[in-house]
Amino acid sequence: MLTYTFRRLLISIPTLLFIAFVIFMLLELAPGDPMANMPLTIPPEVKEKMRLALGLGEPWWIRFPLWLKQFFIVEPQYWFDSAFGTNFADGAQRIISFQSRSPVFDTIAQRMPQTLWVVGMSYVVGVLIALPIGIISAYRQYSVFDQVGTFVSMIGFSVPPFFSGVLLIVIFSVTLGWLPSIYDTTHVVNDWASFKVQLMQMVMPVMVLALQTTAQVSRYMRASMLDNLGQDYVRTARAKGMKESVVVMRHVLRNSMIPVITVIALGIPAIFGGAIITEQIFKVNGLGQLLIIALQGNDIPMVMTLTFLFAILIVMFNLIADVLYGVFDPRIRYD
Amino acid sequence: MPDGALQPGSADPVLDVRGLKTVFKVRGGEVHAVNNVSFDLRAGELLGVVGESGSGKSVTMMSLLGLLPSPPADVRGGSVRFEGQDLLHITPEQLRAVRGGRIGFVFQDPMTSLNPVFTVGYQIMEPLRAHMGLNKNAARARAQELLELVGIPGAAQRLDDYPHQFSGGMRQRVMIAIALACDPKVLIADEPTTALDVTIQAQIIELMKELRDKLGMAVIWITHDLGVIAGIADRVLVMYGGQVVEHAPVQELFRNPQHPYTRALLTTIPKISGERARRLTVIQGQPPILGDAPTACPFRDRCDVAIARCATENPPRYDLGGGHDAACFVAKGAVDA
Repeated sequence: MLTYTFRRLLISIPTLLFIAFVIFMLLELAPGDPMANMPLTIPPEVKEKMRLALGLGEPWWIRFPLWLKQFFIVEPQYWFDSAFGTNFADGAQRIISFQSRSPVFDTIAQRMPQTLWVVGMSYVVGVLIALPIGIISAYRQYSVFDQVGTFVSMIGFSVPPFFSGVLLIVIFSVTLGWLPSIYDTTHVVNDWASFKVQLMQMVMPVMVLALQTTAQVSRYMRASMLDNLGQDYVRTARAKGMKESVVVMRHVLRNSMIPVITVIALGIPAIFGGAIITEQIFKVNGLGQLLIIALQGNDIPMVMTLTFLFAILIVMFNLIADVLYGVFDPRIRYD
Repeated sequence: MPDGALQPGSADPVLDVRGLKTVFKVRGGEVHAVNNVSFDLRAGELLGVVGESGSGKSVTMMSLLGLLPSPPADVRGGSVRFEGQDLLHITPEQLRAVRGGRIGFVFQDPMTSLNPVFTVGYQIMEPLRAHMGLNKNAARARAQELLELVGIPGAAQRLDDYPHQFSGGMRQRVMIAIALACDPKVLIADEPTTALDVTIQAQIIELMKELRDKLGMAVIWITHDLGVIAGIADRVLVMYGGQVVEHAPVQELFRNPQHPYTRALLTTIPKISGERARRLTVIQGQPPILGDAPTACPFRDRCDVAIARCATENPPRYDLGGGHDAACFVAKGAVDA
């Protein structure tokens, strides 16, 4: 297993380099000008100088390796320096956003907590709700519970967040006035009262996103449980005189979780991508919103870095999902 | 009442099944899978149950222990006396104590009957801990004993192996070890050798005979292989269309089959002796679809000695003497009481 993991890690290096190259070239070939947002009063020759100052005068075969160097060498050095007070970076050029002229990674670090709180929490909540729903729906197939669960999943799948989000705001913020409609990023949690405020402002975005996660994961869970409930080993467990709870929650669940864990693991990178639409609706300034603004402003370093970070996460979680598969299913060994 | 034939001999039966009736509810009706089945099982004997696919053999045995999923299955009537209680009318807890504790079950396909994600040792220890209240170490020691008993080499190490690391025959031995774990009085083996190749089949049969003698339990052996039955059974039940059509001690059955279905079954056994290879014999026609409670003999359409009465009345089991009975109007010695 260790050898396998190590080999997969090695293989992921060329994969990621290739992905970086593709992203870079796509941005390079895409139309758009980082200077387009500058005021029209700036004379063209000044704009040209600004363009050169941003490094855009160099050809791609110079800029791409430079970006790689900044991403893989300079930025880790800065991170290491700030963590341990060393001075490896020695003032080397970091990846700078065209729009804000501040280091891209500093902005990402500012945006990350909001996204993790809202989107990450919604994922956790969604999965925690989905698993029991899936288990009960399968065990009591075609019961009222199962029918309601199926209906709710269908809604979760088919109603987009720009509808459910606005609907929630209309009901709970406008009509009832219970919950704030805007997520206040500057809010600091330091006691119970402020924690309660934080919870209140998280409820709606978390629920909107959790509905989707719940819909998907509960369907997977239900299908996987149904596959296993009819298996011969379930009859064996009953014939051994095991309690129904042991039969379902140990024998069947353990087998049913194998594919579901993979689905859950593969969904985690999407958390970091943020929820572009939901973040917009509730004014959460997370990573999704950051990416949209960067795209609109032709902020190539920001878009490039964010997209590549997502790529790393996706590759890593694919690897994690494969390893987990081997951990949970003894029939699968990678050696 | 011809059912007098079913009264047990001198010994009290371990298991006494009377008038068992199981129905499956399906779209647009019911399937009468088990119809008024009665039999008994005496201590230490091996009762063979034969019949073609769909004759109700397995469903009968699963009904005894409530192992059929309900719905669609519905055990509608009869009684199953075992150790002073009626298994059809006890609480789920009491039934669980019987399953795996007092009555062991071995299933047909060892490739799918073990849980793939738990070690073999864990799966053997489960009933030991649940029924006998053994702690982990005691259960493990007993599990090792059991694996040795069923002839698995290197038992101590193999406890930590997963089912996929065992061959089919070895997995069936594990299944037998699980069934035997709590010293059951009755072992029900549902086609335990059907999924195995012939040499392994012989080993498993040998093992079961040996274990029966060693442990003194009663065994119900379900199969469609008359050759297997001839080699191991003491008595035989022949089932057809969800009913018991003939019941006799094994030698009597092979020497003097009375039900036309039994006779037809016996002619289908291929012989390797003889002048030249003959075509395999088949029983013409299809087994009945058990849509309604039978009002006629289920075998009449395929029967070559059927009489008019067979179409209007379902024959009861006539006592033919010597522990032999057959549900046929034309059986030799069948007299209406």
